[in-house]
Amino acid sequence: MFVNTGKELMDTCSKENMPIYKYVLLQEMEENNKTEKVILDKMNRNLKVMRASAEYGLTHEVTSVSGLIGRDAVKVYKYAKSKNTICGEFLVKAMARALSSSEVNAAMGKIVAAPTAGSCGILPAVIISTGEKYDKTDEDLIKALLTAAGVGIIIAKNATLAGAEGGCQAECGSAAAMASAAVVEMLGGTPKQALDAAAIVIKNILGLVCDPIAGLVEIPCAKRNIGGTVSALSTADLVLSGVESKIPFDDCVAAMYTIGKQMPCELRETAMGGLAVTKTGLKLKNSIK
Amino acid sequence: MKEFSCFDIIGPIMIGPSSSHTAGAARLGKIAAIIAGEKDIVKVKFLLHGSFAKTYKGHGTDKALMAGILGMNPWDERLKNSFEIAEERDIKFDFIEANLGIEHPNTVKFIIIRRDGSEVTVKGSSIGGGSIKISEIDDQKVEFNGDYPTLIIKHKDVPGMISKVSTVISQAGINIAFLKVYRKSRGLTAAMIFETDEIIPDGLLPLIKNLGNIESIRCINPLTEGK
Repeated sequence: MFVNTGKELMDTCSKENMPIYKYVLLQEMEENNKTEKVILDKMNRNLKVMRASAEYGLTHEVTSVSGLIGRDAVKVYKYAKSKNTICGEFLVKAMARALSSSEVNAAMGKIVAAPTAGSCGILPAVIISTGEKYDKTDEDLIKALLTAAGVGIIIAKNATLAGAEGGCQAECGSAAAMASAAVVEMLGGTPKQALDAAAIVIKNILGLVCDPIAGLVEIPCAKRNIGGTVSALSTADLVLSGVESKIPFDDCVAAMYTIGKQMPCELRETAMGGLAVTKTGLKLKNSIK
Repeated sequence: MKEFSCFDIIGPIMIGPSSSHTAGAARLGKIAAIIAGEKDIVKVKFLLHGSFAKTYKGHGTDKALMAGILGMNPWDERLKNSFEIAEERDIKFDFIEANLGIEHPNTVKFIIIRRDGSEVTVKGSSIGGGSIKISEIDDQKVEFNGDYPTLIIKHKDVPGMISKVSTVISQAGINIAFLKVYRKSRGLTAAMIFETDEIIPDGLLPLIKNLGNIESIRCINPLTEGK
């Protein structure tokens, strides 16, 4: 059985002297009676779809079904290459990738729910961009996806990954936490550091509500995927510099769940609160044909 | 605590924008089509309830439901062109916003007209993350989710049917995980729903049909993600 908490995950990994991805792989083999090859092949198919969704919007103008969002990833990608950005080409390109997947998703294109469709831009943007910068192989990226899945499993067990239950903190927050942990481990961080990164990301996104305009996975979801991406990458740097999370991962997950429960239903994906009911939010809703 | 596979967290591969409103909708459509007999469908009326009724256009729920009826999987890139494909195949369709009573917010009732003029109705809900449940077939309450290979058998309500059918299933080396039986009134039509651990081979269906007193058999093997 997969461990229940981040603490147990760290203890198991340190006892067996293995990274998180290895533990996730071994558990998946054991629980589901699958070979290593079957699991890695399936994760590779996920990676291929992620890469396609993160790249497509960089060079193609993609418009959502409702028409509310789109054509922005192209702009951000072009700007990233202008050498004149505040955050530098690496980060701005990662932002463009996050936006690309979100645009592809909203246009009824193919994506990987990671963990959800609404948050599908974060994990591809973070691991593909980091992999590109450090010349990582597809095998490394597949391992990073396994690390991310391990962190996601612990969140799912102790809290929720659904916006309807926990608000956006549970979707984009979890995605960013998973992504940050994944790249920390990919770049040689310990399981403790990976979980510290996840913890810090969650701390910084606690309380984020789910208030989509017209109930659609478009506004503000696409831009929250960018926010999650930046948070995941900057936090990974923070942790790799040696900074630790004062509040451990498990406590952060518990806080996120409690806060989700305390959110009124208007702020949990029902489109009855927050941005959805602002003057402009309602105007945009009524503009959809 | 609930257990998860790493592919519950990273995955599924799907057509956006929403696992519940798009991927789940396609799954519901696909199962409804199998129940009605995929090749005989000439017209479908979709009664959309709750959030399905309010947001179906922007989520492509309508296109996904129709794509499912056409047999497409939730990760099929033709999903967004399902209306055009339905027209090519001369299948008529209509989406109606409806109040189906106290139901899950993402619920749809399919009213399917077959080539011979007969009508099949299926009601189901998309319950989150692309998971679904079917709650009604031809106004008969049922309950299954399509995660297991599923056999839906309509038969005459006579003694011994459960034992005969389950014998055929066990002789094929298939383990029955769940069995539910339904009927409206004694001696008329009854239904059995088997959910099994192993995939149900096509060859099994004629063997069951030959037992007699069987009105219809539908087999729904779970969707496995394509390459």
